[in-house]
Amino acid sequence: MASERSDGHVPLAVKILIAGGFGVGKTTLVSAVSEIRPLQTEEVLTNVGVGIDDVHGVEAKRTTTVAMDFGRISINQDIVLYLFGTPGQDRFWFLWDELALGALGAVVLADTRRLDDCFPSVDYFERRNTPFLVAVNCFDGVQKHSSEQIAKALDLDPEVPVVLCDARDRRSVKDVLIALVEHVMTRKQIAA
Amino acid sequence: MPQGEHDWLDSDAGPVVRPYAVTGGRAKPAVGAFDLVAFVVSRVDGSGELHLLPEQRAILARTSEPVSVAELASHLDLALGVVRVLLGDLLQQGLIEMHEPEYDQSVGPQRPDDRILKAVVNGLRAL
Repeated sequence: MASERSDGHVPLAVKILIAGGFGVGKTTLVSAVSEIRPLQTEEVLTNVGVGIDDVHGVEAKRTTTVAMDFGRISINQDIVLYLFGTPGQDRFWFLWDELALGALGAVVLADTRRLDDCFPSVDYFERRNTPFLVAVNCFDGVQKHSSEQIAKALDLDPEVPVVLCDARDRRSVKDVLIALVEHVMTRKQIAA
Repeated sequence: MPQGEHDWLDSDAGPVVRPYAVTGGRAKPAVGAFDLVAFVVSRVDGSGELHLLPEQRAILARTSEPVSVAELASHLDLALGVVRVLLGDLLQQGLIEMHEPEYDQSVGPQRPDDRILKAVVNGLRAL
């Protein structure tokens, strides 16, 4: 880089998506590693033109607010990593499309008591060919199922890593993110 | 909770001003893309731009250093779509610079290259 000045220096943004069912611990995971308190950004949807809301009987409700939580990790002076928690409800897929565009990859956070909840996320990333791994949140310290059992239950491609984590623990979440980036690098080598 | 003098309403009442009132009802920016992780940098500090909305002056004041669109929306407590419209006006008037991530739609979204991936892994390990 020619310029030594810090002003005018614009970093490169890299995105990782944190997906999974409602209440699985996405915001907790983002908080564990973010250098800022997780922020929330909102999109306001009007019923008109979106065609997803049945407005019968709720005439007063004209808009819906979708919140996305996100955190930030400054990798170095040139790269900023953003972690975006995806909106939980399936009907906000179109917001996922924007989030997934150009993303490094995704973490699908799973709770083995409600494994079904992460099927839509797995389907979505498979369909879009977005690299992802499944991180099983063992926040009660109990691992009831092996990674192999979970991979089988989710019908994952053999290449998709399944890792165990504690979404509250900074080191554990850090390891999940490292595993994801390493998976992306391996995938690229195979494709090349 | 948006700022305002209506302190007899709690947040359950919802915003006192409808979100898109500030944009005059416009839902799409006049120009620009404004990705969530695009960086905004102001070219002026905004104090002299009296024709602008307070929200637009707030954007200029907050972006003397690069700030991402998502962070800007969050800090200003405005919906993303609203911020995009306001940014579109500022861009059209040459008051901000936008640094969009490089997505080439014709070849699909470009993912970070190996050099960036390695830097990210190293950065994460050093946390």
